[in-house]
Amino acid sequence: MAVWEVFRQEREGAPFQHGGALEAPNEEFARAYAIELYGRRNESAALWVVPREAIREIDRPYVAEVFDRDYRRVDGYSLKVKLKEARERAGTVSD
Amino acid sequence: MSAPARSRTEADLVLAPADDELILGWRDSEWTGIAPFLEEDVAFSSIAQGEIGHARALYELAAAELGTTADELALDRAPDEYRCAPLVELRLPDWERTIARHWLYERADAIRIEALKDSPWNALAGLAAKIDREEVYHRMHADMWADRLRATEEGSRRFEAAVDELWPFALGLLDEPLRGRLCETVGRPAAAPVERGSHTEELRPLWEEMTMVRRSAPGATW
Repeated sequence: MAVWEVFRQEREGAPFQHGGALEAPNEEFARAYAIELYGRRNESAALWVVPREAIREIDRPYVAEVFDRDYRRVDGYSLKVKLKEARERAGTVSD
Repeated sequence: MSAPARSRTEADLVLAPADDELILGWRDSEWTGIAPFLEEDVAFSSIAQGEIGHARALYELAAAELGTTADELALDRAPDEYRCAPLVELRLPDWERTIARHWLYERADAIRIEALKDSPWNALAGLAAKIDREEVYHRMHADMWADRLRATEEGSRRFEAAVDELWPFALGLLDEPLRGRLCETVGRPAAAPVERGSHTEELRPLWEEMTMVRRSAPGATW
């Protein structure tokens, strides 16, 4: 029996989020069980069922982590100190 | 309470489908915890609960006509006073016969619900429309299992044998004028029906268990 991943949308327009997984022999059963397990109480506006084998997991390490490129990130260095120094030089320090 | 009128009163019209739904729901609930796999356990238990919910709504309608309550109708009558068809009483401890009954019942029930939706009794027609919306899921479930069992040679042989065995019982679910449509949708010729009105030996033990708690404290407020 195949494993199917279920994604549910809480309300129309909201992003789909992973709800859980279920076992079913084929797509027809997967659809029926998804309704049963994730839609019976009207808790989902829409459901996706995806065969687990269709999901591709990307192996770590991700390329970004191989080299140190912290400078690419906005949190790579602090602007706060530089900003304070600049304000002092300009005589516009407010606090 | 006293037996419902033998004449085909409005309440009596409702009691036949109500009793069918209650007893079938009870039989289906026997699979809770022992269905072939967990997802199916949840799904089939939910269908059983759905049928009992429909029974409750129908009993409430009948109870208002008869001046009683849904609980009294469901659980305080003697076994002979139930109006259910023999099909739903059968104890079927194998999956292919359970699915065959489920599939036959849903096909017959769809025809009956269509007829009830046209009832001049507005409350009944409205309730039938509401029940119909939930039965869509039951039908989908029954059809997918019928397809699944028919997909292999062994499954097909066992499923068709079960349908053959239960077919005369299924015809007994419907009033005579509606039976032709059931023959069409099931794809089987008319046969001598096992009629509603008498009960199988399997109803009494079911009833004993179903009413056991209520009978243990007659008249109690729960």
